[in-house]
Amino acid sequence: MNKIDNRPLTVRSATKIYGAGPGRVHALQDVDLDIAPGEFVSIVGPSGCGKTTLLWSIAGLHHLSDGSINLGAEKIEKPHPSIGMMFQDANLLPWRSVRKNIEFPFEIRRKEPDANKIDELLNRVGIAGFSDKYPRELSGGMQQRASIVRALSSDPDVLLMDEPFGALDAFTRDEMNLLMEEIWAETKKTIILITHSIQEALFLSNKVYVMSARPGRIHKVFDVPFERPRPLKLMESAEFFDLVNVIKTEIQHRPTSNITAE
Amino acid sequence: MSDNKSDTIPSFGEAANNKGQRSVSSTGGLGGGLGIHSMAEVLAIIAVAVIIIGGAEVLLRVFEVPEFVMPTPSAIVTALVVHFDEIAPHLGHTLIELIVGYTIGASIGMLLAAFITQFPFVEKIITPYILLLVTTPMLALVPLLILNFGFGYTPRFIAVGLAAGPMVMINSATGFRRVDQGKIALARSYGASTFQIFTKIRIPMAMPMIIVGLMMGAIFAVITAIGAEMSGGGFGLGSKLTTFSSTLRTAEFFAVILILAIMGIMIYTFFSWLGKRLAGWES
Ligand SMILES: Nc1ncnc2c1ncn2[C@@H]1O[C@H](COP(=O)(O)OP(=O)(O)O)[C@@H](O)[C@H]1O
Ligand SMILES: [Mg+2]
Repeated sequence: MNKIDNRPLTVRSATKIYGAGPGRVHALQDVDLDIAPGEFVSIVGPSGCGKTTLLWSIAGLHHLSDGSINLGAEKIEKPHPSIGMMFQDANLLPWRSVRKNIEFPFEIRRKEPDANKIDELLNRVGIAGFSDKYPRELSGGMQQRASIVRALSSDPDVLLMDEPFGALDAFTRDEMNLLMEEIWAETKKTIILITHSIQEALFLSNKVYVMSARPGRIHKVFDVPFERPRPLKLMESAEFFDLVNVIKTEIQHRPTSNITAE
Repeated sequence: MSDNKSDTIPSFGEAANNKGQRSVSSTGGLGGGLGIHSMAEVLAIIAVAVIIIGGAEVLLRVFEVPEFVMPTPSAIVTALVVHFDEIAPHLGHTLIELIVGYTIGASIGMLLAAFITQFPFVEKIITPYILLLVTTPMLALVPLLILNFGFGYTPRFIAVGLAAGPMVMINSATGFRRVDQGKIALARSYGASTFQIFTKIRIPMAMPMIIVGLMMGAIFAVITAIGAEMSGGGFGLGSKLTTFSSTLRTAEFFAVILILAIMGIMIYTFFSWLGKRLAGWES
C-alpha cells in the first residue's frame, strides 16, 4: 500500500545562529543525526534548547548557518515534497472544513486530491463522519486526527512532528500515542517526534535523542529496547519507569553543567 | 516588530476592531436579518414596533401636534407614497454617487491595505496620513471640492470615496497585520509561493476585518453623500432634505429620512450576511 523508501535522513554539523551582534542566539551547534528509513526517533530536551529550530531546518523552513541536511543524496534547503510536517497544536485553518484542510496541501501543489486515500485515512483515524465540520466544532484530539490525515494524505516518506500532542489531556494523549504507534507500524514512515513527555518519546520511538541547551547539541542517544507492538500498559512497567528516570536525570543535570562550562 | 506596528495605530484600530468584531459576530446569529431566532422573538419585535409607531401616531393626534412640527407615522408613509415620483430621481442620484464613490474608494482602500502591510516601513510612513483622512470629516472639504469641480457629481464622488476609502483601508490593514506564523509555515512546508500564502492564508485571515471596514466605509459613505448633497447642487436625497425642511414640507422630509433609514438597515443586513458567509468561522 505504501511505497518503500530507502533514503536515510542525515544531519551533519547543523549549526544555527539567530541574529547578529550581542543579541544573537546560538540555537544549534554541530548537531549530527543519522536516521535510518522507517525509524521512529524522538527528540527531548529543555525548552529553548533548539528542538523546533532543528525540526524546522529539516523541514526546509529554516536555513542553517552551517552544516547540512540530506534526504538520501538530496540536500534539503527548502521544503521537500517527501518531508511532511505536523505542527504544535493541530494548526488547522479555521476557515476551512476538515476536508478542505486536508486538501490544502494538494491545492498548494496544484494536484488533484487523492479522495480514496483521504477517505481511507479519515476512517483509519476515526473521524470519517466529521469531514464537513469546521475545526472549532472538533475537540483537540479530533483536530489532531485531522492534522495527521493532512500530513499523511500526500504520503511523505519522512514525517516531522513538533510537540503535536502537548495541548491534549492525558487520556486523549494516550489515545493519540497508540494511534501513532499503529500508524507507524502500518506505514513504516520515518518519523521524528519532538516532545516534552519522556513517556511519549519512549513509548513511540526506537531511539530517543536528548538535547542540551545553549547552544543546542545532541547530548545523549538512548536505544529503546521495548518490543512492538507496544501496549499502553508498557508505560506502567518497571523497566519503562526506570528508563524514564534515567533520561529525566540527563535532561535535568546537563544544562547547568553546560552553562558553567561556557 | 509587529508589536511596534500595532502601537503606531493605537486606539483607533483597536476600537474599530472591537466594534467590528461585535457587529460581525452579532451577525453570526442574525437569521439573515436582525438576529431573529424564534417565533416568540418575531412576535416581540412586532409588538414593540406596533407600540412605538402606534403610540407615536396616537400621541401626535391626541396632542394635535402640527404636521410641520412632527408628522404622524401614517402621514410620513402617505407622503412617501404620494411624492415618490418626486423623490425617486433623487434617490437615483444618491445611489449613483454612493456606488461610484464607494467602489473607487473601497477598492483603493483595500488594495492599499494589502500592499502597505507587506512593507512595515512603508506602513509606518503612510499610516498617519490615512488616520488623518479617517478622523477628518470629509464633509468639511465639500465646499472646496465644489469650488474646484463645480456642482456636478464629481465633488460628491471624491467626498464619498475619501470618506469610505480610509475607513476600509485602516480596518483591512488591521486584518492583514494579523499574521499567524504557524499558518504561514504550514503553507510554506507544502511549498507555497508568496502569492499562494497571500491568497490562501493572509486574505482569509484578514477577511473578518475587511468586512468590518467595508461596512463602516459604507455607512460613512452614506453620511458623506447626504451631507455633500445638502451643501449644494440641487440634486440627490440630501438636497431634498434641505428643500423639504426649508419649505416646511415636514412629512416629505421624514419620508426621505425613512428612505435613508431603510438604506442603513439594508447596508447593515448585507454586510452581516457577507460576514456570515465569508468570515463566519470567527466567532
Ligand atoms: N526566529 C527566531 N529568532 C531569534 N531567536 C529564536 C528564533 N526562534 C527561536 N529562537 C531562539 O532559539 C532558541 C531555540 O529555540 P527553539 O528551537 O524554539 O527551542 P525549543 O523548541 O527547544 O523550545 C531559543 O533560545 C529561542 O529563543
Ligand atoms: Mg519548540
